[in-house]
Amino acid sequence: MAQMNLLQAINNALITAMRADNKVLVLGEDVGHFGGVFRATSHLQEEFGRERCFNTPLVEQGIIGFANGLAAQGCKPVAEIQFGDYIFPAFDQIINETAKFRYRSGGQFDCGGLTIRTPYGGGIAGGHYHSQSPEAFFAHIPGIKVVIPRNPYQAKGLLLSAIREPDPVIFFEPKRLYRAAVGDVPESDYELPLGHADIVQTGSDITLVAWGAQVEIIQEAAQRALGDGISCEVIDLQSILPWDIATVSTSVVKTGRLLINHEAPLTAGFAAEVAAEIQSQCFLSLEAPIMRVCGLDTPYPLVHEKEYMPDALKTYEAIIATMNY
Amino acid sequence: MTNINERNHIAHINTTQEVNIISDGLVAIPMLQLLDTNGEYLSHNPSPLTQESALKILYSMHYTRLLDERMVSAQRQGRISFYLACTGEEAAVVASTAALEPVDMIMSQYREQGALVYRGYTTAQFMNQLFSNKLDPNKGRQMPIHYGDKTLNFMTVSSPLGTQIPQAAGYAFGQKYTGEAALTICYFGEGAASEGDFHAGLNMAAVLNCPTIFFCRNNGYAISTPTAEQFAGDGIASRGIGYGVKTIRVDGNDAMAVFAATQAARKIALAESCPVLIEAMTYRLAAHSTSDDPSGYRSADEEVKWQEKDPIARLQKYCIAQSWLDLEHLDAYITQSRAEILAEVKRAEKEDYASIDDLFADVYAVLPKHLDTQKQSLQAHIKKYPEAYPKTARELL
Repeated sequence: MAQMNLLQAINNALITAMRADNKVLVLGEDVGHFGGVFRATSHLQEEFGRERCFNTPLVEQGIIGFANGLAAQGCKPVAEIQFGDYIFPAFDQIINETAKFRYRSGGQFDCGGLTIRTPYGGGIAGGHYHSQSPEAFFAHIPGIKVVIPRNPYQAKGLLLSAIREPDPVIFFEPKRLYRAAVGDVPESDYELPLGHADIVQTGSDITLVAWGAQVEIIQEAAQRALGDGISCEVIDLQSILPWDIATVSTSVVKTGRLLINHEAPLTAGFAAEVAAEIQSQCFLSLEAPIMRVCGLDTPYPLVHEKEYMPDALKTYEAIIATMNY
Repeated sequence: MTNINERNHIAHINTTQEVNIISDGLVAIPMLQLLDTNGEYLSHNPSPLTQESALKILYSMHYTRLLDERMVSAQRQGRISFYLACTGEEAAVVASTAALEPVDMIMSQYREQGALVYRGYTTAQFMNQLFSNKLDPNKGRQMPIHYGDKTLNFMTVSSPLGTQIPQAAGYAFGQKYTGEAALTICYFGEGAASEGDFHAGLNMAAVLNCPTIFFCRNNGYAISTPTAEQFAGDGIASRGIGYGVKTIRVDGNDAMAVFAATQAARKIALAESCPVLIEAMTYRLAAHSTSDDPSGYRSADEEVKWQEKDPIARLQKYCIAQSWLDLEHLDAYITQSRAEILAEVKRAEKEDYASIDDLFADVYAVLPKHLDTQKQSLQAHIKKYPEAYPKTARELL
């Protein structure tokens, strides 16, 4: 075990994957000698050479298009999009190409080797264009998997799985935790399964669901609610496509209440999907309406970031309201 | 690696004291032409085509035209839903493929059936795809003409325009990285060259030293939009130079010139690990697709002028003049191919459709639980209302 922050864990996962398989290549803007604007790819070019870790021109649609071709050829590209906010020029390549490559060719060709890494989320005073949480757009695309880790241990294990998965994966990294989240990470090679939720804390009165950086927020709210004698079960979804319906529904059958928290705007956010599925599976167990505590339906703000965010206090209030329903 | 302190992005630029505004047209890019419209060989150099290679190209072009004629007519009869003909552009497609090796990957746009013909895709394979039957390798998931064949190194066609261009750069990078003595050719039209992916792909291929041949069929129209409304400047070729991509412009209706250009491009792309752009000047004698009527945007006179430059007639005249072609043999081939196409149409349209399992397979490598749930729910529904879902009800009852 070593103490690592989230970035170091990601860097360690990339080194582990590249040492184990010479088909793993890392590409993106500034990922080469410089090591990426967040330093997630530090020292990769030193160890593996420019052939395996290289800068690309500044063109997101090109990065993903190129990586699609590289994956179709049999390599395992890990493509970095510098900020999740800038992934949209590559939206066509992801929706119409990455996700459909295997399906449209009847399984003759696929982009399964592709992993797209991108930092997402707020909390860094980044305004509209360095703070968004676009995961719900990608949850609507059959053919890809969407994974979001909450801490260094999860990040390394999930990223190694994502790289080795036979399906293309978008790996959203909570950038406000890049240096803030520190924890024990095995130096060995290990994988955590995709599509599985993690029960972070068991409880009996209400189920709280989040992913990525918001998991620590709902944990904080759960702690506060404990002061009122409310026992919260905290679940980290980890994967939002496909997502672990069974773990959440089992929990809600037990607790009778569900609250979902995400940073992205409320309307058509992924919480809506979770709420719809869980009400259909757990209708007779529910003691109260499913609650969503989410970002506002505004562009992500700058000076009002604190007001915008679905923080622990808003979550706590929603827990109390649900309990008192 | 370059020493960071030594980088100087203006080191190679000369200074001037004149206000020089560089205009388009200062460098005129010529068009390689080896055969005139009468099939006369224009060069002093030896011909790049042998009898065998010339005849294989000629026969493949004839087959492609025949296939297109029959399938446009099958579409009009309502037997298939859609078709795209290559008519007029056969030399550009077939002769360029002929200059490659079978190991080279072909990423087409959608009008390159001639490449498949040349590589040996059978009539039965064409029909299975066009009729989306259970033998279609795409399992009935894509519209007609979305061919793909891994064994022939022909990437499955995707409708969005230009997406294959950066992919071809990446695929070629992978070929180079894994030590394959092969490259990727990427076909697209001059309209698709307006897409962002064209610019992304050429730039990346040049910067990352990818052995890719970018083959533009400049056929004059993007559906109805003529080139004058598509781009300014000297065609697509001039853009290659801007990206630092080696570039050739060729008469796309001259199979000999297309072959020579592509052969040279392949050689240099592999030897120097670099991309090459070929702009083939041609003309889409056909409609854009069976959903299009060209009389709304171009004149019959214009079409007649291009019919006189017919790429098949041109190579055929050359072959006849060389005493390479047995016309009786060619006639027999055409008659037999026509009969084979008709017979395969009749067979393919009677085949069953793919199973309902294939609606759900291949979205992921392994069927995930939520999709399995949807599949079971759909199967139960179809069993309840079989008459509403005749394509799949039979297998479930």
